[in-house]
Amino acid sequence: MGLIRRTLPEVLTALGLAVAPWVLPVLGFAPDTLNRIVMWGLFGLGFDILFGYTGMLSFGQSAFFGTGGFIAAYLLTNNILSSVLAALVIGTVGAAIVGVGVGLIALRRTGIYFAMITVAIAEVFFFLENSPLSDYTGGENGLPGVPAPVFQLGGWSLRITTGWSMYGFLAVCFFIGLVVARRIVRSPVGALLVAIRDNPLRVQALGHAVPLYKLTAFVIAAAYAGFAGGLLGVLQGFMPPEAFTFDTSGQLVMQTVIGGTGTLFGPLFGAAVWLYLRDFLQGPAGLGSAWHLVLGLVFVLLVCFLRRGVLGGVADLIARFTARPHGEAPEESAPITTAAPSLASVGPAARQRVPAGVAGAPILETRGITKRYGGLLANRDISFSVREGELRGVIGPNGAGKSTFFKMLTCEVHPTEGKILFHGRDITGFDVARVCQLGLTKSYQINQLFSRLTVRQNVEIACLAQGRGRFRLDLLRPLEGVPGLATRVEQTLALVALSRRAEVAVSGLAYGEKRRLEIGLALASSPTLLLLDEPLAGMSPRERAETVQLLKNIRHGRTMIIVEHDMDALFELAERITVLHEGTLLAEGTPAEIQQNAFVQEAYLGGVAAA
Amino acid sequence: MLNWPNLASQFFNGLALGTLLALISSGLTIIYGTLGVLNLAHGAMFMVGGYAGYVVWTLTGSFALAVLGGAVFVGVLGVVMEFVVIRHFYARPPEDQILVTFGIGIVLVEAIRLSFGGQSVSVPPPSWAMGVVQLGFLFYPTYRIAVLGIAVIVLGLLYLLLYRTRLGMIVRAGIEDSGMVDMLGINVFRVFLLVFGIGAMAAGFAGIINAPVVSPTPDVGDTILVETFVVVVIGGIGSFPGAVLGGLIAGEILSLTSAIDPSYSQVMLFVVMTLVLVLRPQGLLGLRGRG
Repeated sequence: MGLIRRTLPEVLTALGLAVAPWVLPVLGFAPDTLNRIVMWGLFGLGFDILFGYTGMLSFGQSAFFGTGGFIAAYLLTNNILSSVLAALVIGTVGAAIVGVGVGLIALRRTGIYFAMITVAIAEVFFFLENSPLSDYTGGENGLPGVPAPVFQLGGWSLRITTGWSMYGFLAVCFFIGLVVARRIVRSPVGALLVAIRDNPLRVQALGHAVPLYKLTAFVIAAAYAGFAGGLLGVLQGFMPPEAFTFDTSGQLVMQTVIGGTGTLFGPLFGAAVWLYLRDFLQGPAGLGSAWHLVLGLVFVLLVCFLRRGVLGGVADLIARFTARPHGEAPEESAPITTAAPSLASVGPAARQRVPAGVAGAPILETRGITKRYGGLLANRDISFSVREGELRGVIGPNGAGKSTFFKMLTCEVHPTEGKILFHGRDITGFDVARVCQLGLTKSYQINQLFSRLTVRQNVEIACLAQGRGRFRLDLLRPLEGVPGLATRVEQTLALVALSRRAEVAVSGLAYGEKRRLEIGLALASSPTLLLLDEPLAGMSPRERAETVQLLKNIRHGRTMIIVEHDMDALFELAERITVLHEGTLLAEGTPAEIQQNAFVQEAYLGGVAAA
Repeated sequence: MLNWPNLASQFFNGLALGTLLALISSGLTIIYGTLGVLNLAHGAMFMVGGYAGYVVWTLTGSFALAVLGGAVFVGVLGVVMEFVVIRHFYARPPEDQILVTFGIGIVLVEAIRLSFGGQSVSVPPPSWAMGVVQLGFLFYPTYRIAVLGIAVIVLGLLYLLLYRTRLGMIVRAGIEDSGMVDMLGINVFRVFLLVFGIGAMAAGFAGIINAPVVSPTPDVGDTILVETFVVVVIGGIGSFPGAVLGGLIAGEILSLTSAIDPSYSQVMLFVVMTLVLVLRPQGLLGLRGRG
């Protein structure tokens, strides 16, 4: 049953591709248009993974489309290879390799910079093709005479010609591309890409090497582009230099947006709309060259009013009609009790990173760390040490430098001077993801959740770091197949009392629940040292009591450092307290000692108590 | 091919192209800096400037009026575009802003292609700037020197506007921290409208003064847009001095490489952009942590 449900899109696609040659011509599609739709749809599979799933808008896909196309066409037209399939594969690999190089440059920046750089790079490829490399690419003339594939099956040979056999060949290529793309989207990498789109900083803080995953998405898109480019040459029997133009990239973007992003089918559907309207407007509608203007206007209107594209709009409509009249009644999550599940199962014992030290040995040590921001001294010469198994509180008036200090501990910012040791190992200057992999992570003062994902998906992202390491290319393994993932997710959800809310989107959670999920994300990576930045911030009294109970529940067998403004809660929880004042360490001791400390009273109350 | 007079004339070409790119890029960069929107229709606005100027020139025969008409038309176009479309995109993700301006760019290009055909139109230089002047050992077209001069003057005016007026102060404050400006009770929407208009006008103005050098075609803006992107990546987006510096660097790279082998000029520009990205990702005069 599960298998049928999971492969339903593939089965329907296969059926659709098989039926299309009988149905679409009736609607007025020319055979050649059909071939092009499939080719653009394949091109768009990779682009949708890059843009729709990972959120990276590239206007430079023409570079890879052209590269793959010209490599394949060059190999075939110069009789270096006789097998069309082999040439297509080499073209795809070539485009992917170029994708690595371009990606390394373009991914140095994000957002609009990324978009601008891809535009510039694609333009350079056009110029390269046009003159310096024209001996190989034919310059403005392109490469004519690209042969069609011939398949030998036993003694029977199948020659692909123009028309329907070409369509069959392209449809099979698209189908293979779709199956692979769906595997990628449903793999752990696919899950991470969607999370990166939502909140890249948190993905990194949970121990995943975000830049490498982004590069992966970029290279996947480049490979699909290269494959589609090769098919363009085969389809036309001619590799046109126009493949490298900005218009190619632009058309891909527009078709994908028209069809709908983040579905994999959007680009195919968008290509059908685009090419059909082009033929229709130019021909029967008698608009001639105005077709492009009309399509441009359609595109602008869609971006303004139907950003999720035609497929997204249809999905929304279906959802509206099938939804229950009032939706599900908001279900209260269970209150946290002292009888919460044991931690041993998700606890640090499960990790094999840093050998667990002797209880009581220092787990984290700072030696004279100082942080300067220009002329501003945020932290000065702080040396402190936390023992294994300890629960340490860090307090200090506003502006005492607590946040900077905490950020240095998790390696979000690096100290100007001094050293940080974790389990005796110098981690100064390490990357956040690496530190998390070593077993040190934090929950944020301001929730850093994946707001478009469900509670379960959020926890999955956090749990994935364990066992997979910072980077792994398990592109074809289903997410459900990651050993132990489901168990770890369930345990974490139970720990933060969100099991019954697992399928709710984060946007539908109450504030207190979001806070618990925030702590749950940090817990899910099974840290040996957990840092909590104001876990009680902004909570109602009831939520506070619940969260304090949660912290008590999770503290066994774990070392924790908590920054908190709520003194009562902290004095109740912590064994030792460190007080920061004006960027330096003012005092350290048991809660009772700190409450009696004259310097601390002075710092907090401005000497009133001393008077 | 490579001799002193040729190199010198290419150097002047680079200067003229550089100031032109600086002008267009400052339009793009102040729009981005203030509104946070990357305008992909900026190249199309450059192109529309050329055509609007051409129309005024055919009607009046006056080059000065053509320049004025081209710049004002595109400025108004920018204001309308901000008011009708862009305004509704401030709260939407940056990708959506990029997509919608990209779409508007296509609509503008295709509308012009439909109205004027795909062929180039030509606008002659004004009579006082025809012919050539002798600069020591080389003869140089008078109009190109005029372009250089005009672009420098307009850049100077833009500088005065940004650094010596109240509007400029708000714009620069907005680049530093747009949320704060909003909180200070300044009507940001009116400022945004003005800034978008001024930024568009800079592109349109460049479009018409460049028309006698490179005859406008509907697609003339595409290359300009790409070069403008490279300029702001090199100079640092949101920075007016960065746009000027980046423009001059890009102009010289394009022209001087052309003196050696024209087919490598774009490639060389890209190499320099890559170097900047590797060595100083925020751009030469850009602020760290932006974009």
